[in-house]
Amino acid sequence: MKFGVVVFPGSNCDHDTYYVIKKVLGGEVFYVWHKETSLRIFDVLILPGGFSYGDYLRAGAVARFSPVMKEVVAFARNGGLVLGICNGFQILLETGLLPGALIPNVGMRFLCCSVHLKVVTSDSNFTRQYQPGQVLKMPIAHYAGNYYADDDTLQRLQDEDRIAFQYCSADGEVSSKGNPNGSKLNIAGIFNEYRNVLGLMPHPERASESILSSTDGLLIFKSLLEKN
Amino acid sequence: MWQAKIVVTYKPGILNPEAKIIQQALGNLGYQNITQLETGRYFQIQYSDSLDRSQVEALTHELGDKILSNPVIQKYDFELVEVQP
Repeated sequence: MKFGVVVFPGSNCDHDTYYVIKKVLGGEVFYVWHKETSLRIFDVLILPGGFSYGDYLRAGAVARFSPVMKEVVAFARNGGLVLGICNGFQILLETGLLPGALIPNVGMRFLCCSVHLKVVTSDSNFTRQYQPGQVLKMPIAHYAGNYYADDDTLQRLQDEDRIAFQYCSADGEVSSKGNPNGSKLNIAGIFNEYRNVLGLMPHPERASESILSSTDGLLIFKSLLEKN
Repeated sequence: MWQAKIVVTYKPGILNPEAKIIQQALGNLGYQNITQLETGRYFQIQYSDSLDRSQVEALTHELGDKILSNPVIQKYDFELVEVQP
């Protein structure tokens, strides 16, 4: 499995993501500059967290027009695996590879803290090594993480089992109490209809070593690495 | 030459946390007669003078649809004004 970590001007979780794949898991991983247009060697592309292009206009709105994104869209349409973390999730929504949008958090504050997440489904190449219903602890760090989609889209996401993670309380209850940012249905991460694209707001790469207090994010990368 | 004044706002029904907090703050300051408040983003774009009004109108729509707004959550309105170079 060859991983590519896309680097936009303003990405700041690219090194953390690269480090987890290479040093923690011993995987094969390369940086992909945002002007790159040949992505054929990769099996998995990761759009990392950060503030691409300063988040000017809207988070992810300018990155969407980077040369590499045209190729990322083609890669995803061909069945390639694409993971968008935080700002990467915002870019995937702006690009239209995932439905809906992320608006500013209810409360208008930048949130930087650990949250609890419920694994909704293990039916994907990203979440195979989790148990459905498992409660995870991972950090979030965002200003615009309030997931919005219209009612039809939300219904479709539920009917097609495309919600990957939901914010929840420590004991796994999905309610407004465990919802840090106001996201509809407590959504923290979703798949596209072919389940080869995952976007999520929490940072699995910051929860992949016990010294960082949680290894709950590691299984996303392991699920991808140990595919086949 | 033509100038476009574009305002992007949230679509009705989408919670705008910023507007809600500003309205609350105004209420706390004693301004009780405000029943609705919306916030948005303003863009002012000057076009080269080789473009006529209909070209400018089409181009502004293109920018609004493609880049300046996210149609999932936002809408935009604009007016065109003729300005002296």
